[in-house]
Amino acid sequence: MNKVNDRSRDIGKFIPAEDDGRIICRCEEITKGEIRKAVHEGMFTLTEIRRYLRTGMGLCQGQTCAKLVKSIVAAELHVSPAELEPATSRVPMRPIEMRILGNEAKGGDLNE
Amino acid sequence: MKRYDLIIVGAGPSGLSAAIEAAKRGLKVVVFDENEKPGGQLFKQIHKFFGSKEHKAKIRGFVIGQQLLEEAEAAGVKTVLNATVIGLYQDREVVVKIGEEVRHYKGDSIIIATGAAENMVTFDGWTLPGVIGAGAAQTMMNLHGVKPGEKILMLGSGNVGLVVSFQLMQCGCEVVALVDAAPKVGGYGVHAAKVARMGVPFYLSHTIVRAEGEECVTGVTIAEVDNNFKFIPGTEKHFDVDTICLAVGLSPMSQLLKMAGCDMEDNPRRGGQVPICDSCGRTSLPGVFVAGDVSGIEEASSAMIEGRMAGIAAAEYLGFIEKKELEAELLSLDAALDGLRRGMFAPENRGKNITETEEHIPVSENLLKHGYVTDEEITRFPGFTHAVGVHPVMECTQNIPCNPCQDACPKGCIRIGEKITSLPSVNPESDCIGCGMCVASCSGQAIFLVDETFEDGYASVTIPYEFLPLPAAGTRGTALGRNGQKVCDAEVISVKSVPAYDKTNLLTMKVPVDYADKARFFVQEQV
Repeated sequence: MNKVNDRSRDIGKFIPAEDDGRIICRCEEITKGEIRKAVHEGMFTLTEIRRYLRTGMGLCQGQTCAKLVKSIVAAELHVSPAELEPATSRVPMRPIEMRILGNEAKGGDLNE
Repeated sequence: MKRYDLIIVGAGPSGLSAAIEAAKRGLKVVVFDENEKPGGQLFKQIHKFFGSKEHKAKIRGFVIGQQLLEEAEAAGVKTVLNATVIGLYQDREVVVKIGEEVRHYKGDSIIIATGAAENMVTFDGWTLPGVIGAGAAQTMMNLHGVKPGEKILMLGSGNVGLVVSFQLMQCGCEVVALVDAAPKVGGYGVHAAKVARMGVPFYLSHTIVRAEGEECVTGVTIAEVDNNFKFIPGTEKHFDVDTICLAVGLSPMSQLLKMAGCDMEDNPRRGGQVPICDSCGRTSLPGVFVAGDVSGIEEASSAMIEGRMAGIAAAEYLGFIEKKELEAELLSLDAALDGLRRGMFAPENRGKNITETEEHIPVSENLLKHGYVTDEEITRFPGFTHAVGVHPVMECTQNIPCNPCQDACPKGCIRIGEKITSLPSVNPESDCIGCGMCVASCSGQAIFLVDETFEDGYASVTIPYEFLPLPAAGTRGTALGRNGQKVCDAEVISVKSVPAYDKTNLLTMKVPVDYADKARFFVQEQV
């Protein structure tokens, strides 16, 4: 089994740190402490973290914080960030209003 | 659903280059870009590019962008702007948001050229207004004509941090410090030198402790870090600033490829999550290609070549050209790419400690620590010479793939030779006529014309000068040294600006002859 996903592995206790209050995901206002704590609560993958805390699910869709969250989770799990599978990429790639997403163009190509 | 032979995502340097090559070979091509203007990062690049003639060296980035757009139009490429690709599905189905609608397209082949996004680092106060990416600062000033701030601290000494610092000063901002946690300047020495000689202090092995301010940035504290990047107590330094620029690297925007099911890898050498691809950009998915920063962070010149390769490869994939033609084209493009990936900054040399040049000259350690070559160090490089009458002095001390100076001199004074990374040297047989073409051609602004016999007791020093307003002849001011400190009083003799210089003005100043080897910048005020 992938080392990252081995939930029986002892990653130690959550130790509060001075910079726990620092915001990492600006769009959803999630702090470093919340992300670190989530790992100790059993969220070992970035997908889980995202569903648990909503990191990277705001307006910028993780453009700014994805790499930051990844390195925080990796440090907590004592693995290299490269070992963590990034969160799933899915449609829509960019924030989009629901009324536009639901508005499929009919007929031919643009200006044709 | 509308079908195209080739759909390209991203109208930056690689996407447009790919489009041109494919369209020239008969493919029906469409390029989607989410921005309102095409060209990607090129139109923000107001500086002259490095490289050789084939790489469009000494041409300013935005002009290259203009040329690409014209070529693309002539080749019949259709470019759709304000068109955001929101999904890439099985069998190369592309979903695009255009205006208020979502449209579906089918590409017989696809090239993803989405580029990269800026990295961030966190510190206390990093979410305050006034902390911005260096690329964002460049967008503000060079695309929208907005000054990003008055007093700025730049974090990051790679080429982005160095180039943007210089451009901030061109736009009238004060850059109070250039800071990097690494122990050595990451970008080209010539880029560092032109910032340092304007008096910007470099703080290597330093990083930001906190940004200060309630509503917005009003100051910043930096401190020195040890080998483990931990702050050393007692080394804090404070600066009053209103803007902090972060130039701490780029990450490929490869999410579309991951979504489509491409084999991906996390490769720190290529900047993060990248698709696994071959030399012409073929991914694990048939008919899906990549080009440019999305497949590994480099720069615009190599992105354009990669784009051309992917465009030709797509043409071959669809049977528009024979395999033979593809192989022949790739061979020459490979050589061009190889030329760009040489020298001290070549990908294979990343992280290596290089102590001497290809000519076995010890590198300038001061350049790597403080951003400038010392007066003692400069004398050991081949471009630094003395002669009777006017002559070029080339303060080019690192092996980088760049050679426009060699062709710029109508008299053949400057020699680089076959190897594009060699340091320039002066041909003693040739006579300098003082035309200044070499000064204007040097993308690193590292060539000066010096005449030690200008007047009794005085020398003239001609420097590249890209600041407005231009001082008039007769203006008195101060000559600064390579370190940005006052060397002596100076008087402007002339400021030349001809079309062939392409907006690099040549400022000639008169200094006491003893300072001919030291005076390298001019400021109007008396320091």
